[in-house]
Amino acid sequence: MTPLLFVDNLRITFPTRAGPSEVVRGVSFTLGRERLGIVGESGSGKSQTGRALLGLTPPPGVATADRLEFDGIDLRQATPATWRSLRGIRISMVMQDPKYSLNPVMTIGTQIVEAYRTQKGGARHAARDRAMAMLEAVQIRDPKRVFNAYPHELSGGMGQRAMIAMMLITEPDLLIADEPTSALDVTVQLEVLAILDRLVTDRGMGLIFISHDLRLVSTFCDRVLVMYAGRIVEELQATDLAHARHPYTQGLFTCLPQIKGNTRPLKTLLRDQAWAT
Amino acid sequence: MPLIDIQGLDVTFGSGAQLVRAVRGVSLQVGQGEAYGIVGESGSGKSTVLRAICALAPTSAGSIRIDGETLSAPRPAAFYRRVQMVFQDPYASLHPRHTVDRVLAEPLAIHGFSNTESRIEQALDDVGLGKGFRFRYPHQLSGGQRQRVAIARALILEPKILLLDEPTSALDASIQAEVLNLLDRIRAERGLTYVLVSHDLAVVAHMCDRLMVMQHGQAVETLTRADLQAARATKPYTQALLIASEGYIRSGARA
Repeated sequence: MTPLLFVDNLRITFPTRAGPSEVVRGVSFTLGRERLGIVGESGSGKSQTGRALLGLTPPPGVATADRLEFDGIDLRQATPATWRSLRGIRISMVMQDPKYSLNPVMTIGTQIVEAYRTQKGGARHAARDRAMAMLEAVQIRDPKRVFNAYPHELSGGMGQRAMIAMMLITEPDLLIADEPTSALDVTVQLEVLAILDRLVTDRGMGLIFISHDLRLVSTFCDRVLVMYAGRIVEELQATDLAHARHPYTQGLFTCLPQIKGNTRPLKTLLRDQAWAT
Repeated sequence: MPLIDIQGLDVTFGSGAQLVRAVRGVSLQVGQGEAYGIVGESGSGKSTVLRAICALAPTSAGSIRIDGETLSAPRPAAFYRRVQMVFQDPYASLHPRHTVDRVLAEPLAIHGFSNTESRIEQALDDVGLGKGFRFRYPHQLSGGQRQRVAIARALILEPKILLLDEPTSALDASIQAEVLNLLDRIRAERGLTYVLVSHDLAVVAHMCDRLMVMQHGQAVETLTRADLQAARATKPYTQALLIASEGYIRSGARA
């Protein structure tokens, strides 16, 4: 199977008063139709990596790469028109907090219909039926109410499901999920993951799952990239996490409190300067 | 006699059709030197219980007794010397234009403490920050450092009871471990009593001897750490939380 996405030597630089600051430093990976997890602490560059794949590096930041290719399209040379044909249509992104990523003055239904008709056109009522079906697909029990609701009238879990529905209605090939469940309660979190899981399996979508939660990622994804200070320090199969070789990955895993564990004090992460170089 | 004794606590907001019963008939007892946990999802009323103890939320029914005394509202100043609270988000709970020094000096001034200088330096040392942080602003600190300042602010009045409202949920896992170790050490050194609220069962299991599970403003059940470790939960909601804290289970593997 040919990979969907090639990323080779991705670098993202922000100018600062003290000179350029490189927040992503030479990240390379390929992605097939699989679940890839990117794990790291805040500031490790995991979100910036995800955004760069959609050409959404916030100015004045600059993203460069030796190769950045999605399904044969060179993203480095992409014109605004090319980006428009990709974003939200072939590559979608689910953001962390539905409170900030949904339009507060449009109903959920209008937003989903707009996303659908921008790409596929067609009659309004056809789009409406598709949107309803999509809301049902993300396990919303009362799609009619949610369709007519404004974002502030929904709970966090409901908003995030609506967001996922909106991102998936165009049937993208690649979904980038940036902490899609961090703002949700644990039980709701698992429901949302189950929805993503099913959609990935059914449609053969590629998924990049960005998260700080190593335990969650290791149970959900096929493959995990661990990022530290803008670099990938380790790549491993999710099932092999207990046998991680890099001390950072091991530290990240052992510092979590366990219900069954009795380690007191908890192991803390001792950072090594050498990891960052 | 328990140090904290809450009987049939009700907290309601609004009135008429808009009435919200955030906490409904919650009772709990926490002994001297104990760490007590409250677990639940957002909207379960767990934080509201803590806020009611501090009179940050109105008590509609029931009683809260500390050391046998029923609390009056508003709480007297002496109450806050015994009971202090640490909030969830260290980005919101520190004044952005006050230096660490000013943050720590204010409670001392309010309660008329002497030798402010040495107390501030001591408080910073206790939370592992050191004097170098004294004249910084919150934006010059990382999330973990800010939470340490918030803990120092609570500890500077030498309270007996610390109310911790999700003290680590805004922090990275590695920083969370450091802050939890800090809280653990301080409790052992000073014989403090903790009430810790968290949505993370593992954090509560690590820190607390006993815990209460809350849902929709009501107490679901009370467990000891041993119960939790042996997965001896009787209520389906607690069992669901226990399963959820193990991480995601693939639909294929579940069957």
